[in-house]
Amino acid sequence: MVERDIVVIGSGPAGLCAAIEAAEAGAKVLIVDENAKPGGQLFKQIHKFFGSREHRAGVRGIDIGTLLLKQAEELNIEVWLNTEACGIFDQDKVWVVRDKHTSVTIHAKRIILATGANENAVNFPGWTLPGVMGAGAAQTMINIHRVLPGQKILMIGSGNVGVIVSYQLLQAGAQVKAVVEAAPQLGGYGVHTAKVRRAGVPFYTGHTVLEAKGTDHIESAVVVKLDAAWKPIAGTEFELDVDTICIAAGLTPAVELAFGAGCRSVNSPVLGGLVPWHDETMRTSLSSIYIAGDVSGVEEASTAMEEGRMAGLSAAQSLGYLQEKRYRTRFEAINHNLLALRSGMFGQKRRDAKKAIVAASKG
Amino acid sequence: MQRILDHPILGPLPEEEKVVIMVDGEPVEARKGEMIAAALIAAGKPYFRKTVKRHEPRSIFCGIGRCTDCVMTVNGIPNVRTCVTAVEDGMVIETQLGSGDWGGKR
Repeated sequence: MVERDIVVIGSGPAGLCAAIEAAEAGAKVLIVDENAKPGGQLFKQIHKFFGSREHRAGVRGIDIGTLLLKQAEELNIEVWLNTEACGIFDQDKVWVVRDKHTSVTIHAKRIILATGANENAVNFPGWTLPGVMGAGAAQTMINIHRVLPGQKILMIGSGNVGVIVSYQLLQAGAQVKAVVEAAPQLGGYGVHTAKVRRAGVPFYTGHTVLEAKGTDHIESAVVVKLDAAWKPIAGTEFELDVDTICIAAGLTPAVELAFGAGCRSVNSPVLGGLVPWHDETMRTSLSSIYIAGDVSGVEEASTAMEEGRMAGLSAAQSLGYLQEKRYRTRFEAINHNLLALRSGMFGQKRRDAKKAIVAASKG
Repeated sequence: MQRILDHPILGPLPEEEKVVIMVDGEPVEARKGEMIAAALIAAGKPYFRKTVKRHEPRSIFCGIGRCTDCVMTVNGIPNVRTCVTAVEDGMVIETQLGSGDWGGKR
């Protein structure tokens, strides 16, 4: 059996920061990731991030990714790519399959789960047709693979993912025919929304997709106005000539490994549904397992990085790698950053939701 | 659909070696190391598989290996996630029907 101080599952923003923080404290860290390349979804984030300067605001996600990978390399953090984490046993053993054929059990004193989240679907007749996809899938196609999934796009959802991906589709050369939003008001940050609006894209609040039409691939979409009770208003339907519908309807935390391991769950509708209970140090109800990033509640890459640092720091400290005083200083600094990121009109709701998770009983 | 040859942030598409994959018996040119799904969408393939009962078409949904909507038969092995599997020269890719044909090996 392979033995490590800390095994981090997932090499996105949360996982990388967790590994870096723990390795800086002196812990022997191994990152496992099922993908062929590290970075999770960071490398498709070609826009500049929000927050203050200490959160690297104004820096594009791709550049943050490159920087984090360089730091991880300098710290000699071991990374196993093409490695799928299949389960956690006895709270401290991670079973992985490497390169689809080699089964390995890793004995880890601490496990940090940074498994991210999955995109939600929206069901309407025709939603399974080719050409209907997650907004994140379209973003991967254009920014990672450099392939346009379609020419004429309809975006469902005006939150940050919806407007950011709409803008990036325009940058990639597609036409965005419309952004529809079921809620009566727009959901994204003004700066991103304004860029899409300035490009001439119509926004339809209080509207939804009634149907996607097509045989082998989507050929058009029918949009309808909703009443105050979010019911379609007959006679308001109109058809849009689109070959792609992107769905930006939020994400659901990827909790399979955590719940399979036996971590207690808490329901947090604001943060994407059931999440593993955790305290402010990102420790779950199982004392050897920590979590960070979207798996602990869907927020943003910037909060995921700070949560990763918190999890890495706390896991290393629990193994005796940090003096109490140094731990407290770092803890306060990271906590300060998290509170700053969870402020303002959009952040306060997330801050309250996080508080409610921590306050829920450990079970 | 089409490759993004130039991009305001990412710049021009870097040069890459070409490989040839066989898609339902037809040769398709792909960029070395890219994901099968990317190559097929670039080539304009409308769907990747059909469902077992109603023969409904499916293509990518999540694009990052989570949802399994894009699975195809690759080198004789069904249910391969094409969005997270890289192309290789000479790879044989087939549109999959239902859960795929294991050639009696299951």
